[in-house]
Amino acid sequence: MERPLTKNIHPGQEPLSLAEYEKAGGYRSLRKALAMPPQDIVALVKASNLRGRGGAGFPTGMKWGLVPQVGSVPQPRYFIVNADEMEPGAFKDRLLLEGDPNQIIEGIIVSAYAVQTEKAFIFLRREYFLAEKRLKKAIAEAYEKGYLGAGILGSGFNLDLRIHSSAGRYICGEETALINALEGKRAVPRAKPPFPLACGLWGRPTLVNNPETVANIPHIVNNGAEWFKALSACADGGTKIYGVSGRVNKPGAWELPMGTTIEELIEDHGGGMQKGYALRGIIPGGASTDFLLPKHLDVPMDFDSVAKAGSRMGTGTMTVLDDRTCPVGFVHNLEVFFSRESCGWCTPCREGLPWIEKILHAIENGRGESGDLSLLEQHCRLLGPGNTFCALAPGAVEPLQSALKYFREDFERHIREKKCTWK
Amino acid sequence: MLTEEEKREITAELAHCEHKSAASIEALKVIQKRRGWVSDASIRDIAFLLDMTPAELDAVATFFNFIYRKPVGRHVIAVCDSIVCWSLGYDQLRELLQKSLGIGLGETTQDDRFTLLPASCLGACDRAPAMLVDEDLHGPVTPEMIDGILEKYR
Repeated sequence: MERPLTKNIHPGQEPLSLAEYEKAGGYRSLRKALAMPPQDIVALVKASNLRGRGGAGFPTGMKWGLVPQVGSVPQPRYFIVNADEMEPGAFKDRLLLEGDPNQIIEGIIVSAYAVQTEKAFIFLRREYFLAEKRLKKAIAEAYEKGYLGAGILGSGFNLDLRIHSSAGRYICGEETALINALEGKRAVPRAKPPFPLACGLWGRPTLVNNPETVANIPHIVNNGAEWFKALSACADGGTKIYGVSGRVNKPGAWELPMGTTIEELIEDHGGGMQKGYALRGIIPGGASTDFLLPKHLDVPMDFDSVAKAGSRMGTGTMTVLDDRTCPVGFVHNLEVFFSRESCGWCTPCREGLPWIEKILHAIENGRGESGDLSLLEQHCRLLGPGNTFCALAPGAVEPLQSALKYFREDFERHIREKKCTWK
Repeated sequence: MLTEEEKREITAELAHCEHKSAASIEALKVIQKRRGWVSDASIRDIAFLLDMTPAELDAVATFFNFIYRKPVGRHVIAVCDSIVCWSLGYDQLRELLQKSLGIGLGETTQDDRFTLLPASCLGACDRAPAMLVDEDLHGPVTPEMIDGILEKYR
């Protein structure tokens, strides 16, 4: 099968230099794109059924189509690549950023041309030092070669690209918080509407895409929408960078057809569960997704199928819960993360998540009380969609609400026996 | 007082910014790289350069996990305590580090060599349990590797 996104990636080795990348077919899509009217590229991406790879799965072409037309608003407009990959369990963007930085940059230039923005940023999480070093080198090479800057390849198109390296805060992955961070403000989310597409960075139209989404663009331009759709095993176009982590034999990330089943990912690519451990549950797409169970192994990992099974594909990087790890302890660890990373801007999240964390800590340590589970369920409702400023708290309660459903007996036993039986 | 060199480095960053405040994180990092941490006096000095009030800048500085508003050691160890590392041996790794260094989380060794901090997911779930020492990612870290890793940082 074809692996367009990772064909140049050899983990453990230096990524291709610009010259090597060009020799491998790099920057063909930019030349092709610059000869096309920008709106034709938007139409092509729409036809490809590419859905955003950041977690929400919003159709990329449709999002691009919502960028206000040139002339209807004053310049500049902004394009931001959200490489603040900080969701526990997610490490797939790192593979692309470290492994083939030129591909990301070419994707950014073509995308920026398609929506006609002249300023772009890569918002990179602080801890990706290796990716930062490699991206900076690749950006410098691209400027030198005339792929970035004024009048790219003799066209009338200009693009300035900068890296913003963050300082460590999960909320920056939320796009309005990210925009506040780029403006040098405290990175709390903004009220929506207005959405960033209308009013984002410095009050200008701002498009935010995930690195994996952007990496797909050169290949769609080179090979067309039909080719892209044929890469997939489902209706959504393309391949997907999937990952498996936890107690499996070979944790890692791989590029596979969109719609590969959970079982194939864990067994064939992750090497199966480690000896002596059995699969008990799966969080399919990062810490903010509902648990699935071994009975869901045949579910294809695409946005719609995982949603139908009661969870979200999210980032597509799954973490397994094994039968020798306490599910209460597991969920407690997730909520430690979310309560620590809550930005404190809105009350339900700031107050509710530490409360959840404390209840779970008490249950795990034998101090649970009979009303605790209904109190937790109440939190799942009150921190759910519509009650908070952004998606952090609703995401935080997803694994909790499904754990209460699927592992209820474990919670009850902790409370009844006043101890964690795994310890 | 910021040194001329520090001012130059921050001013160079301003050339790329629509508004001076956009350089706040970068400016804080410039000072932290040179001085190890960001003091109250530095907050005032940087804020002046960026046309921000000290309170505005401190609201940014205190928001981020890796802007240090207290002195840290020459090397900072950030141990990932999120779900995959937790499942695969974070507790043991933390205990061994604490024993080896003789300090708890959030503390600095007496010789100012190491500061030990807990960290949210490092994006290295395929290499759990993982930790960063300064800018170097280590993982999977087994108990017998710990002393060898620490040896590298004097």
